[in-house]
Amino acid sequence: MAIFLTKDSKVIVQGMTGATGMKHTKLMLADGTNIVGGVNPRKAGTTVDFDGTEVPVFGSVAEAIEKTGADVSVLFVPPAFAKAAVVEAIDAEIPLAVVITEGIAVHDSAAFWAYANSKGNKTRIIGPNCPGLITPGQSNAGIIPGDITKPGRIGLVSKSGTLTYQMMYELRDIGFSSAVGIGGDPVIGTTHIDALAAFEADPDTDLIVMIGEIGGDAEERAADYIKANVTKPVVGYVAGFTAPEGKTMGHAGAIVSGSSGTAQAKKEALEAAGVKVGKTPTETAKLARAILGS
Amino acid sequence: MDLFEYQARDLFAKHGVPVLAGEVIDTPEAAREATERLGGKSVVKAQVKVGGRGKAGGVKLAATPDEAVARATDILGMDIKGHTVHKVMIAELSPEIEAEYYVSYLLDRTNRTFLAMASVQGGMDIEEVAEKTPEALAKVPVNAVDGVDIEKAREIVAQAKFPAEVAEGVAEAMVTLWKTFVAEDALLVEVNPLVKTKDGRILALDGKVSLDENAEFRQPEHEALEDKAAANPLEAAAKAKNLNYVKLDGEVGIIGNGAGLVMSTLDVVAYAGENHGGVKPANFLDIGGGASAQVMANGLEIILGDADVKSVFVNVFGGITACDEVANGIIQALALLAEKGEEVTKPLVVRLDGNNAELGRKILSDANHPLVQRVDTMDGAADKAAELAAAK
Repeated sequence: MAIFLTKDSKVIVQGMTGATGMKHTKLMLADGTNIVGGVNPRKAGTTVDFDGTEVPVFGSVAEAIEKTGADVSVLFVPPAFAKAAVVEAIDAEIPLAVVITEGIAVHDSAAFWAYANSKGNKTRIIGPNCPGLITPGQSNAGIIPGDITKPGRIGLVSKSGTLTYQMMYELRDIGFSSAVGIGGDPVIGTTHIDALAAFEADPDTDLIVMIGEIGGDAEERAADYIKANVTKPVVGYVAGFTAPEGKTMGHAGAIVSGSSGTAQAKKEALEAAGVKVGKTPTETAKLARAILGS
Repeated sequence: MDLFEYQARDLFAKHGVPVLAGEVIDTPEAAREATERLGGKSVVKAQVKVGGRGKAGGVKLAATPDEAVARATDILGMDIKGHTVHKVMIAELSPEIEAEYYVSYLLDRTNRTFLAMASVQGGMDIEEVAEKTPEALAKVPVNAVDGVDIEKAREIVAQAKFPAEVAEGVAEAMVTLWKTFVAEDALLVEVNPLVKTKDGRILALDGKVSLDENAEFRQPEHEALEDKAAANPLEAAAKAKNLNYVKLDGEVGIIGNGAGLVMSTLDVVAYAGENHGGVKPANFLDIGGGASAQVMANGLEIILGDADVKSVFVNVFGGITACDEVANGIIQALALLAEKGEEVTKPLVVRLDGNNAELGRKILSDANHPLVQRVDTMDGAADKAAELAAAK
């Protein structure tokens, strides 16, 4: 099982022929991802060789779906063109679009999110500004290093890329069902709650680790959701306890203004919902171990 | 990026939001000519990015050009809640005001949509209105695709219960304000107060605009709006090298990769500092994904240039970033500084994990630099860095 991504997922890459797209397509292939094509209208009809694997390039997402049955698209499209690329994926009704691109203007992400809504949300969007998701041993859609961990029974959802890696590394001996980086931007497609719901329903996940950071109220709302809907144990970590108010710390979403959105408020909300919250990534991993008895 | 009032006024004017004439000056003497151009009377308004300047004495009427010079002399250099006034706006005197309103557009993160807010109780702190009389503040979701046309603007105005005689004028202003919001890639546009004058006009008398820095690729004019004078020199130097850096007030310099991990590193160092005389992180510095040795060297140079820094903690989990690049960057940076004749005396604690960690650790061990120590866990390295900072 796992969530959103399995060995059967057929993955295309929008922006595959750019430098970042090339580098990560190669890595995704090495992790066993079934990459069935790339999209670039100017290079349609050509193929790209990745260490002996020939990957065809299509003129559009719709054409790639028609020819290959693709059901996942990973986007490495630069910020200026990202909105058009996501809209194209939505129009083609691909079930999952993973937007890796960092630095997309909020008016663009708000626009493609509104557009996805207007089209009935047939496309699940993960990101933008995220590392993507991995189902270890099966498929990798994004830039999470495939060799940190192994298949296992922990589900992970995180706003931050490198904290995802850190947590996967801390718990590498236990392993993960899926790990989903949802991104830290102000407007994102898939939320903590969406991933929590999917992990709750996934028979291969025994425990969920949720990583948040300052800004917004996504963690507080996730806490409410957990209280009402999640029966599996959840362990949490929140970054940014010592971040000063009103300073942007890299993620556009990580702005604390006033009391709401602080790490302390998020920790308290999660604890009130029965979530064990660690002070550091290492302590969080220990809490997960204690629950799993390993 | 938050703008000054005069910059907001200029953007409003550009997109057709009704505003009064005004120009910004930075010497008292310039107030004379500016006031003469306005017909001999003006309002002298301190330009600071903080509320409550009126109460602090930062807004004064001038009945003559001489008076404008006197008021500008008083206000320039004034301290308003820790902000020094470097510029004043010389603004046209408003016609007599009959009513004050509030209108804004902003991002509603929770609902992943834009939001229009409007109230007939303007002129005061809107957070106070939201708290004391929430029913007086209309909040209307605005779909990013559909936007605000005159129909939508009328809906907003109706929900906020504007009086009939001003409804159409306010709705028209709401349309032009939406144009400003979209065309400028703003995260917030706010007019407070929007006024109705005795002669029947609707005017934006004061406003706030915050711009999205991610949109700079299509907003070439925004760079000029940056308040370069106010930026911390280390932050300016970091920005020039495309590094994501924020100066903080502690002693342990921090470099890491990825915003989440760096924020987490700040926390871990602050906790460790509790056992070492209360030392704290000196900065936030994210070298980003896939950073080269050069980027690492640039980052280290900024941190070592901070006189407050007593020790440095380099915390890298290699995802895209390769740890050997990071290790090479550290060694290169130290060599570069030595070449420049700058004596480096601050100890570095380095923790490398993930992509090519073994190779990176070996590079550091082989280099055997007297100032560099390797600690291979995040918590252990934070403790060591805090201990070294406290010992200095």
